[in-house]
Amino acid sequence: MSSTAGAKFNKPAFVVCEGNEAAAIGVGLSRPDVVAVYPITPQSSLVEHLSQMIADGRLNANLMNVEGEHAVLNGLQGVALAGGRTFTATCGPGIAFMFEPYVRTPGLRLPMVASLVTRDLLSPQCVWGGQQDAMVVREAGWIQMYCETVQEILDTTVMAYKIAEHRDVMLPVNVCHDGNYLSFGVTRVELPDQQAVDEFLGPPNINWHIALDPERPMGVDPLTGGAGGPGPRNFVRYRKGQCRGMQNALRVIREVHATWGERFGRYHAPLIEEYRLDDADYALVTIGSMTGAAKDAIDTAREAGERVGLIKVKTFRPFPLEAMVAALGKVNRIGVVDRSVSFGWNSGPVYQETLAALYRTAKQIPAISFIGGLAGADITAEHFARAIALTRETQFGRAQEPVWLNEND
Amino acid sequence: MQRQSRDHFDASTIPDDLAPIATVLSKMLPGDWRSLRPVIDRRKCVKCSLCWLYCPVQCVTEKARWFEFDLAVCKGCGVCAQECPQRAISMVEEAGR
Repeated sequence: MSSTAGAKFNKPAFVVCEGNEAAAIGVGLSRPDVVAVYPITPQSSLVEHLSQMIADGRLNANLMNVEGEHAVLNGLQGVALAGGRTFTATCGPGIAFMFEPYVRTPGLRLPMVASLVTRDLLSPQCVWGGQQDAMVVREAGWIQMYCETVQEILDTTVMAYKIAEHRDVMLPVNVCHDGNYLSFGVTRVELPDQQAVDEFLGPPNINWHIALDPERPMGVDPLTGGAGGPGPRNFVRYRKGQCRGMQNALRVIREVHATWGERFGRYHAPLIEEYRLDDADYALVTIGSMTGAAKDAIDTAREAGERVGLIKVKTFRPFPLEAMVAALGKVNRIGVVDRSVSFGWNSGPVYQETLAALYRTAKQIPAISFIGGLAGADITAEHFARAIALTRETQFGRAQEPVWLNEND
Repeated sequence: MQRQSRDHFDASTIPDDLAPIATVLSKMLPGDWRSLRPVIDRRKCVKCSLCWLYCPVQCVTEKARWFEFDLAVCKGCGVCAQECPQRAISMVEEAGR
């Protein structure tokens, strides 16, 4: 588990690359000990880049080629319990196959980082982007941060290790970026200096609290007891601790983003980004890469005299309640654009959780649910212009059905 | 209870609501949740030891003329009664416990 020689990215100071390569570069800069991978569209090029970096000697890590995503995460749990920094990436059917070890990871408080290159779920058969996979696992206990740009993928991947490994958090992090639009979107990306990243992250201490270590013999994840044996109190105590770690993460995510801005000059909104919101009468709520086109549409509407703003969700787990309440308090109507579906609510999951946050504002305002970008569909500035117009007109009782933005495309 | 390892590790240094770990052996024994209890007929037992070999939790103990069961450990699976060639073991309902 040596970390003495890692990736060298000091020169050039920028590259032109796709989002998956930006994630791989962020991983390389974070110097994981073991990378376990299994390819799946649209994540595959991410692990191809990482495999090439390891093969070329640019990243001093062990590459673990295993038979599937279930083995990927079980293997990496062993690595983390032995004290190693880990990485993997998956999406869609891959995370479905990974689910059993996936839900155990936060309960074991293993501070892993994994890219979730979001993809719509089957069936109908589909290999394209969408956030259904991430939304399905949002109650698994992982931290979820959704990126807007390729640069934000790189920066957030490095920050994710610092957030996960913080002693008040000790939870796994999914860095989510949209399949197709970010995974294969090519832009100019600034590269942080390796030494600066080393100083930013500090030496890893992954298994100070739970370990496979002959010097610290312990039973890992014993039968903790419920109705039988010692009773449910231990189980409840661990669950409460897990929830507390999630709430602590809200503070740590803000701190780490602030430190990143100070050290590297790029300030990303940690929880919620408010865009042209202060004097807005109404707003769109967005998540992920769609936000770029949405901001263009907001600018166009502003030029036409509309008092419209935007609220972008970056961190969805833990839910940034206070930041969302502060943003919602500024407007009188909202339209929420989801890239996934909540089947039980006949609307989008971000929409439903925004409504839940509205309760804390102590006011009721009209809201409308938009669903777009399924199966890799493009949500264009024109789609957002329509969403803006419908949000302006929305009234109580008028929006029982969601608006499906791409249904005629 | 016998110590299992050297005392290198002070679990009290770790928050007790963090990760599920154990540093002492649990005394929870299978006998707590048994629904059938093995009863031996001492006149039929010939000490062939088959029950002793088959018992999955190794709760069979040896007496002078027969074999007996440690009921704190026995989980009541009935393998011994099934395998006994002398039909010396019967499984009796744990009633009123």
